[in-house]
Amino acid sequence: MAESYKKLELLAAKARLGAIIGTYHAKSGHPGGSLSAADIYTYLYFNEMNVKSDDPEWADRDRFVLSKGHCCPSLYAVLALKGFFDWSELESLRHVGAMLQGHPDMKTTPGIDMSSGSLGQGVSAACGMAFAGKLDNKDYRVYTVLGDGECEEGQVWEAAMFAAHNKLDNLVFFVDQNGLQIDGTVAEVCGIEPLDKKFESFGFEVEKIDGHSFEEIEKALNKAKTVKGKPFAILAKTVKGKGVSFMENEVGWHGKACNDEEFKVATAELEAQIARLEAEL
Amino acid sequence: MAKVVCKATRESFGIALCEMAKTNKDIIVLDADLAAATKTSIFGKEYPERFKDCGIAEGNMMGVAAGLAAAGKIPVAASFAMFSTGRAYEQIRNSIAYPNLNVKIAGSHAGISTGEDGATHQCIEDIALMRTLPGMTVLCPADHYEMMEATKAALKHRGPVYIRLGRLAIDSFNDPDTYKFELGKGITLHEGNDIAVIASGLVVNEARKAVNALESEGINARLINIHTIKPIDREIIVKAAKECGQIITVEEHNVIGGLADAVCEVTSSECPVKVTRIGVQDEFGFSGPAWELLEKFGFTETGIAKVIRETVNNK
Repeated sequence: MAESYKKLELLAAKARLGAIIGTYHAKSGHPGGSLSAADIYTYLYFNEMNVKSDDPEWADRDRFVLSKGHCCPSLYAVLALKGFFDWSELESLRHVGAMLQGHPDMKTTPGIDMSSGSLGQGVSAACGMAFAGKLDNKDYRVYTVLGDGECEEGQVWEAAMFAAHNKLDNLVFFVDQNGLQIDGTVAEVCGIEPLDKKFESFGFEVEKIDGHSFEEIEKALNKAKTVKGKPFAILAKTVKGKGVSFMENEVGWHGKACNDEEFKVATAELEAQIARLEAEL
Repeated sequence: MAKVVCKATRESFGIALCEMAKTNKDIIVLDADLAAATKTSIFGKEYPERFKDCGIAEGNMMGVAAGLAAAGKIPVAASFAMFSTGRAYEQIRNSIAYPNLNVKIAGSHAGISTGEDGATHQCIEDIALMRTLPGMTVLCPADHYEMMEATKAALKHRGPVYIRLGRLAIDSFNDPDTYKFELGKGITLHEGNDIAVIASGLVVNEARKAVNALESEGINARLINIHTIKPIDREIIVKAAKECGQIITVEEHNVIGGLADAVCEVTSSECPVKVTRIGVQDEFGFSGPAWELLEKFGFTETGIAKVIRETVNNK
């Protein structure tokens, strides 16, 4: 059953809170990109993908590969909200013996379809899954989220060629274009633009959207289903650190966790958003 | 003794893939524009719908293989050893070995017997690279019959496997009527207690000829064929160390990281003995006809016999 945009907003705010809680307890991790991609994960898991939380390895499920694996804290929160595992697991993120590893581990975490973390590799695995679906005449679809900085990896383009050459129209690339990477802005470090033209020339159908608008995410995903014989790329403009005022568009929040003081401010902001949305629903 | 077949192990591999694919519909073969050379083309001709050329993009091919395996397929990803294990090492490490996916990785044109193409294509590090990955099985078969059985065993085994293939056509020495391949078990080809010769791959037959020839000189060497370098047969190595007192390893690979080190890892902890290592002595190869290179590196009967003779005489 489709959720209302308002309900999705609430779930995404909770996912953001989960990412802040997880990284705070881990004293490490990647909040910036987790917050920028949270709306995409939320939409996919609550309104798009055909998955069963009580049967994570169901053969006919839609698949998701987080190619920018470091942005898993909010994905873990979405999986917990979806019922794949208990929310309390977030507090042991990155701890010794924890189910939730610093980067996704398909062996330990229900709902994770592919281990990832080394940039550029998840997209290839997503291609392999989509190709398997074609070989078996299955209807399942494969979604992968990659970072804009990740597009500097040559393997992304090897995978793009493979996807187009093999007409993988059951595959959607989401590029979380928050514009920042570790050493600075993507434009400064090693510019990737024009990204839409790059993907188009690699044989993709391309849609540019606001990655925080559920309406636009929905439209793009619906359009993707109508395109035959080509893979689909959604270039989602996002704000790194979205939802936590002091993290937004700050390159420094790529890979560090909140200290005690920052944690109080961040959780207060997100809890206020959650309370507001709950009141409105 | 069965008829001697002169075949490159890459070809035996291609034939075995086809045999297995008859009954196993999940086998999917990938190549990176070297199908004619790795001999996955044999499979491609027979099962075009289950063969996919990924183009010259080995990293992506390994990722595609990982995705296929995650979706329940049994992918075989082939290229030259240099590129499958070298170029795509990190993809194998993070997308295949770490998630323990059921991918079979083939590296053909391994070793200096690749010949004229020279050092850039003569992979002498593949076994070392693959052996360091947790959960990876590493196979290095020695002749046609062994490659056929090893390929079948690799496909039946659940988990990542690396299998080393050679370019050069070589004579078989195993008897298909009696030959048994058991993953992780070495095979004693010749009994003797003067010294233990432990060999792997193409050089096994050369070592066999050397050991046979030395009998007339009164040297009784034990010859062990190690087709599975990981997990290695500890028992057969320890027994050889205890009963023979000295070991010579023979491999067409750098002496760093390959069979020699795998054997030393066992002996140093369980039965320290002197180990003489015949292999590429930490240098790059060069162009030349394969047999001339094998001769020059000391990997033929004469070179191996010389080392055995000297080692036994100085014992």
